[in-house]
Amino acid sequence: MSFEPILTKYRHEKDSHTIDFYRGHGGYEQAKKAIHDWAPDDLIEEVKKSNLRGRGGAGFPTGVKWSFVPKQTDKPKYLAVNADESEPGTFKDRVIMETDPHLLLEGIMISCWAVGINTAYIYIRGEMVHGYNQLVSACKEAYAAGFLGKGIFGSDFELDVTVHRGAGAYICGEETGMLTSLEGERGQPKLKPPFPAIEGLFGCPTVVNNVETLANLPFILEKGADHFRSIGPEKSPGPKLFCVSGHVEKPGTYELPMGVNLLTLINEHCGGVWKGRKLKAVIPGGSSAHVLHADECDVNMDIESLAAGGSMLGSAGVIVMDETTDMVDALLNIMKFYHHESCGQCTPCREGTGWLEKIVHRLHQGRGRKEDLDVVFDVCDRMIGKTICVLADAAAFPAMSFIDKFRDEFLAKCTNSDRSTAQATSGAGGVNV
Amino acid sequence: MTDLAFSKDAMKEYEWMLTRYPNKEAALLPTLRIAEREFENLDPAAMKYVADLMGLSPAKVLGVVTFYTHYRREGTGTYHLQVCSTLSCALRGSEDVCAHLSAKLGVGLGETTDDGLFTLSKVECLASCDTAPMLQCNDDYHEGLTLEDVDHLIDRLREEAKAGGAA
Ligand SMILES: Cc1cc2nc3c(=O)[nH]c(=O)nc-3n(C[C@H](O)[C@H](O)[C@H](O)COP(=O)(O)O)c2cc1C
Ligand code: SF4
Repeated sequence: MSFEPILTKYRHEKDSHTIDFYRGHGGYEQAKKAIHDWAPDDLIEEVKKSNLRGRGGAGFPTGVKWSFVPKQTDKPKYLAVNADESEPGTFKDRVIMETDPHLLLEGIMISCWAVGINTAYIYIRGEMVHGYNQLVSACKEAYAAGFLGKGIFGSDFELDVTVHRGAGAYICGEETGMLTSLEGERGQPKLKPPFPAIEGLFGCPTVVNNVETLANLPFILEKGADHFRSIGPEKSPGPKLFCVSGHVEKPGTYELPMGVNLLTLINEHCGGVWKGRKLKAVIPGGSSAHVLHADECDVNMDIESLAAGGSMLGSAGVIVMDETTDMVDALLNIMKFYHHESCGQCTPCREGTGWLEKIVHRLHQGRGRKEDLDVVFDVCDRMIGKTICVLADAAAFPAMSFIDKFRDEFLAKCTNSDRSTAQATSGAGGVNV
Repeated sequence: MTDLAFSKDAMKEYEWMLTRYPNKEAALLPTLRIAEREFENLDPAAMKYVADLMGLSPAKVLGVVTFYTHYRREGTGTYHLQVCSTLSCALRGSEDVCAHLSAKLGVGLGETTDDGLFTLSKVECLASCDTAPMLQCNDDYHEGLTLEDVDHLIDRLREEAKAGGAA
């Protein structure tokens, strides 16, 4: 059965980023319908019924999140769109922002109408200059057309959207880190509760949603919640953007129904493992997800199936590794990332990510001992669930699963194991490798 | 000691920016972007200017600037070559790209060529994993790189610089 893309339908068409193109293809009709025909509460119910779940990584039901925002409040309410897209292996929001920014703006209008929000910020990572420019010009077009600003579609609804550039920090993708950064601070996360829906940006009720999440809204309104729920599995339905990278013939962003089989995705859509090689391992949901051994890859790509399979859908960043991949090397790369990106507030994370990198580095150099593998697990145990945000957990998951599933490769790097093939690259021992 | 100042246009942009947030401080990150463009990089004088302009302490501004990796700091070459080195790019040869650039330019990571033209850095995932290996040079992404592409890029940038127009 072939699937017609919904979110990325026009990505390869000329001028798909312009308001004329977008309106020429039915754009902004759903926002208009929302404002004219839908009572905000009914709209929240409809989104709940669709069972749209957040595409940023945590998979929280969007309508439910919206319903946590207080209806009666003296404070302004905000929408903060998470366009930080920094999870290694993830590059889907960029496609929407660069090729169809008005789709995002229409999704923003619908969510703001539903929740009673008049001010939205799009927090886009600083490196994405092209995406930023596309969004800024889309906003200009939308203001000029009267879709943003005051009196939208002849109603008394007002909405201001500001595109806000980050400046390079993975942690600003974590929602409270993003809000702190938006307030002009170092982007350090905050303890929850209070959740942003109650006390978020500038101390006010705030909805945080991912770009792809919001891009689903016009389709939900157009076809109805029931139709949306009929795509993919019942518990996590809808179209989904899968980002496939690494050792496949055709890396790219693939829009498919949630729940596509991972092997189908790799072999049929991405042309298989490159160079005719065999599959060794896959990280299915961005580098924070547990790695899957090739034997575990016959799994469906949805929230429940991947959780049952011992990993997670996360950001749907699928990183494919072929039989030649050195798993110690791959893990070292990931550990460097988390060590570099830890914001440093929590001791278990700041120190733990550092130790993980050091230990894996020493193994990588062929100078480790097999006890080091136990130390890795011990360090991870002291990180998981013990910090302000889950970056610490995100660093621990790959460390544990790489060693669990490819233990022999790690043992081969230890000087004192039976499986050792290690040849220390330098005679000097010591901790500071 | 500092006689830095925003141009008229930059000041207009700054004032517009202030209208987008409920308090001044929230405009700090965007204002630093304006300063980066106006003054070429965020050296201490530029940070001091922003602090004075916004009524913030220089320490606060320095604290924010140093938290992030993507602001242009003092001493950065005309072209900042930032090679993505995270897993997806590493699996497809980003190490070779780095090594090639390092040899070609005669600089190590984090270093700038003597002519001040190029700074070479390794950076974390730039959300372009499907076009690995890739690098960002100033505002632009260069994707799906072969070593020949890298050579052409450097040649082109050198010519551009000679002609007097750095992008
Ligand atoms: C370390 C870390 C990094 C994250 N990075 C991102 C990101 O780049 N983009 C994103 O949308 N969500 C990211 N998230 C998830 C957000 O915290 C949040 O759950 C999400 O933006 C909510 O939107 P959604 O419900 O629409 O998915 C990250 C979370 C953590 C812990
Ligand atoms: S867990 Fe790590 S990244 Fe998250 S707040 Fe603590 S130190 Fe910062």
